[in-house]
Amino acid sequence: MLELKNISFSAENETGKKEILKNINLKIDESFVVITGPNGGGKSTLAKIIAGIITPVSGQILLDGEDITHLSITERAKKGISFAFQQPVHFKGLTVYDLMGLAAGKKIGINEACDYLSQVGLCARDYINREVNSSLSGGELKRIEIATVLARSSKVTIFDEPEAGIDLWSFGNLIQVFEKMHNNLGGSIIIISHQERILNIADKIVVLGGGELRATGTKADILPEILGTVDSGCKILADNAKGAY
Amino acid sequence: MNGTELELLKIIADMGASPDGAYNIRSNGQLADRHITENIDIKTKTDRPGIDIIIKAGTVGETVHIPVIISETGLNDLVYNDFIIGENADVTIIAGCGIHNCGEKESRHDGIHTFFVGKNAKVKYIEKHYGEGDGNGENNMNPTTVVNIAEGGYMEMDTAQIKGIDSTNRVTKARLSDGASLVIHEKIMTHGRQTAETDFTVDLDGKNSSANVVSRSVAKDNSFQRFLSKINGNNVCSGHTECDAIIMDNAKVTAIPEITANSIDASLIHEAAIGKIAGDQLIKLMTLGLTEAEAEEQIINGFLK
Repeated sequence: MLELKNISFSAENETGKKEILKNINLKIDESFVVITGPNGGGKSTLAKIIAGIITPVSGQILLDGEDITHLSITERAKKGISFAFQQPVHFKGLTVYDLMGLAAGKKIGINEACDYLSQVGLCARDYINREVNSSLSGGELKRIEIATVLARSSKVTIFDEPEAGIDLWSFGNLIQVFEKMHNNLGGSIIIISHQERILNIADKIVVLGGGELRATGTKADILPEILGTVDSGCKILADNAKGAY
Repeated sequence: MNGTELELLKIIADMGASPDGAYNIRSNGQLADRHITENIDIKTKTDRPGIDIIIKAGTVGETVHIPVIISETGLNDLVYNDFIIGENADVTIIAGCGIHNCGEKESRHDGIHTFFVGKNAKVKYIEKHYGEGDGNGENNMNPTTVVNIAEGGYMEMDTAQIKGIDSTNRVTKARLSDGASLVIHEKIMTHGRQTAETDFTVDLDGKNSSANVVSRSVAKDNSFQRFLSKINGNNVCSGHTECDAIIMDNAKVTAIPEITANSIDASLIHEAAIGKIAGDQLIKLMTLGLTEAEAEEQIINGFLK
């Protein structure tokens, strides 16, 4: 179980200090948790704090009861936290196969690497020797990014806006990947997302806005509330949430 | 040959004492061993130090190894090697120089290699430079490569200097005839106070000739690298030169690509990029459980692969 206690974070900008996260308290032991909320609400910052990329100004992070607040990115990774980047990183020279091996933390066979790639809908043989660089499309890089975290089978896997930068066609496949992960993967998956289709498969939804925890609850509790807020903008979405379709 | 020399051979030419095909092993300035085949002749030059490697027209699929090893401190070795590759041949030439210097004096190898690639011939040339030693003697190498490619010929040149060479000044000059192509991949890693300078000049004289000169390098510690790449388009031709360097610590890197079009039908491109390892690359690998040092090593190894 992952527990966040009184997590706060602030950053300096031109106008002075800006509070990005205010006293966040959150327990995650469900298998599929979606963190959602308006842009600039602190979601990505929270994800990076869990992975150790950003250190909170105050507060505590516990993984299965152990305080990991001051552990490095590497130490947290070894304890079972994985993080899939919103913008997958490019590497000149490193191939998809190299990266899969590094993710698995051991020498893996081509078949095993291909297996992870197939799970994210990539025809493995076409990709295994490709360099992880800009010759791959945004959707391909995203799926490779997801394959790297699959290879790690962690206690907590965080996805920072997996839908960002991919086309609608790839997005449909991505949802299938998450649905499959939901059924197969042990541990907790935390996804930062705005997408209704991702919210739809959540066991728990966390709404973050203005750096504060606005609401947490099940899909049934939270989803109608979120979709209700777009009443004026999109009637179909709102009606959908109310079960009209 | 002793263990150290055999080890150097393995590193620079990936070969044992007697590989398949033709070979010429030069050790401490002397011929150590030679083997020729029906199609590949190797002759010692009579007017100056060095060898002529003569590959018969139509020779396909054969390999020539011509490693040079130096294990004596203070040795200054200069050779002139000429490669005459017959028409329609398709061969691989593996050269390389390894220095093991445990003494206090400078060990040095300067090789001047001249290639005559015949009409429609295809050559892959692989060259590795490596130095080691626990003395204070410097390991220096200054290779000069002159390439002449006849009509329709193709040469691919892979050069690597990965470790232990204190100072290098590499000069490569190439001249291409009609339909000839040249591809160069250079990899360099410098550390400590090493310096490495490379200087390419390619003349695309022939109609529809093409060249691609790509250099990837890593400069660590207080080392210095200078990369010069000149491509002159003198006809209907295409040329591309690219230098990509990772800089670390207090190292310095200069990249000077120079392209000159002397014909309206020349199409030339240059690219040069120098920068440190991107922070997000390190973070990504750290989220996979690697330490920062391990992540750095993986990124460099991949980059120079």
